[in-house]
Amino acid sequence: MSLALDDRDRACLDGEHGPAMRLAMRLVLKAAGILGARELIPVSFAHIDACFYSGEAHVDFAQYLLDHGAKLSIPAWTNNGVVSLTDPDIRPETSDPQMVKGARKLMQLYEKLGCRPVWTCAPYQLPGGPQFGDQIVAGESNAVSFYNAVIGARTNKYGDYLDVACALIGKAPYAGLHRDEGRRGRLLIRTEAVPDDWKAENIFYHLLGHHVGKLSGQAIPVITGLPPQETADSLKALAAAAASAGGVEMWHAVGVTPEAATKDDAFQGHAPERVFEVTPHSLAQARRDLTSAKDGPLDMVALGTPHFSLTEFERLVPLVTGRKAKPGLALYVSTSRHIRDEAAKRGWIAELEAFGATVIADTCTYYSPAVRQCRGRIMTNAAKWAYYAPGMLGVEVCFGSLSECVESAVRGEVWRDPQLWANGL
Amino acid sequence: MIRARILHGGEARGRVLALDAPLSFWGAFDPRSGEIIDIHHPQCGSCITGTILMMRETRGSGTAPGGMAEAIRLGTAPSAIILVKPDINLAIGAEVAETLFGKTCPVLAVTAADYAELARHAALAISGDGKITPLQRDSFPD
Repeated sequence: MSLALDDRDRACLDGEHGPAMRLAMRLVLKAAGILGARELIPVSFAHIDACFYSGEAHVDFAQYLLDHGAKLSIPAWTNNGVVSLTDPDIRPETSDPQMVKGARKLMQLYEKLGCRPVWTCAPYQLPGGPQFGDQIVAGESNAVSFYNAVIGARTNKYGDYLDVACALIGKAPYAGLHRDEGRRGRLLIRTEAVPDDWKAENIFYHLLGHHVGKLSGQAIPVITGLPPQETADSLKALAAAAASAGGVEMWHAVGVTPEAATKDDAFQGHAPERVFEVTPHSLAQARRDLTSAKDGPLDMVALGTPHFSLTEFERLVPLVTGRKAKPGLALYVSTSRHIRDEAAKRGWIAELEAFGATVIADTCTYYSPAVRQCRGRIMTNAAKWAYYAPGMLGVEVCFGSLSECVESAVRGEVWRDPQLWANGL
Repeated sequence: MIRARILHGGEARGRVLALDAPLSFWGAFDPRSGEIIDIHHPQCGSCITGTILMMRETRGSGTAPGGMAEAIRLGTAPSAIILVKPDINLAIGAEVAETLFGKTCPVLAVTAADYAELARHAALAISGDGKITPLQRDSFPD
């Protein structure tokens, strides 16, 4: 099977644009070959994950590109780094000097390459990003899930190096979720049996996302029974939790997400392969899955996975105003530098700092060296954080709602909202 | 002799390490030591360096190409990897490492039936055109 290449593709492959562009073209063609794609399609945006340090090979790759004439063809925004470039004290050199040095160097190399240094896992919360129907490239699992499902932009889950290669060439293999038929729903997940008042709570979407991820694996689920959403925050929670618990890259919520005006649209006229009914019991099970510790004294609270949005700050600030977290307890809120600046303009960062919170930008608390030393019992309102932290940080996690997290931070021990849990969740 | 689909080509020889569960090349394996470190993996503690590593599929991680390239750079990678389900990440990592470091690790895909046949052997040789041939184990002492 041969793949159609245009003159520029061929020139890149022949090395006429330098060794970096030749390597990029070879990577794109290798992926196309494995996917069985017959053509490459233009992409208009990339969210780069290869700027996340995982060893010196990552640094060598970026340096090779810079030294050998690499040029981006499309806007490319950066995912979180391992360290924060804006906050020197969030990158303590003593914790793992080689990793911190390598991570910082890698981030600087991608800036030099021309990437827009947004350093966020939630690039869709920034203005000027992809729109419905755009063909794009993303690798961060929650961003892939959100762009596909909530925005209706089209991307496969791109691994490191291939993401950069596509951004350099400006094209991607036309396969999988880039194609109409690749976006067809397969599983029907009904939430009609869940009480409506639960669906008004943000925590419901974290739990539902976790449950949907477990049910779906990599198949495309279609969720019915969800109400219209005022903000994207709950859909972000669902997108992230389904991606981390199951590898979901695309999903539909009928009447809510843009490719699912009707159930028939979501299934593209086919019948579901399997049907699942979500019950209060399955959500309670998801909550147990996400909690590895018994309730008790608390050492830290972690909010903002994926990165906190402006509307989430708006929800958090009234909960902390005039109060103080227990002295010695660390409360981190992770966000992007853009959203942090916006929140600071509104006076919200000062209010959070008065409460005792630290708002960190550019990175995430579940792998940042800033929290590597943190041990003990940690509470979070993020299903994705709760899923990864026990393995990555070796800590015990209690999962709860945003208001439970704040109240627990004040008390210094895990507090459960009797209203929220009274009806069996 | 079995002919494989080449995801990333090259020659290799080595003893077979057939995994009982998929392995992620990021997080579940330490490129500094070549050991499987995921405590949930049935072969946790095994060293994959220099082996013909067989697994039906990988565990997906977007950072896997980095783990693969880093292992090749450090010399802790397998001699070759044989899969059933083709994997882009390992092939991309191998291609990058070959360009940057001049060292590589062939990645091949075979049918489920061929996989079962190959996994019975103690050692295998892989040629540049994707042919896989059994070898005597004595040529590769542990």
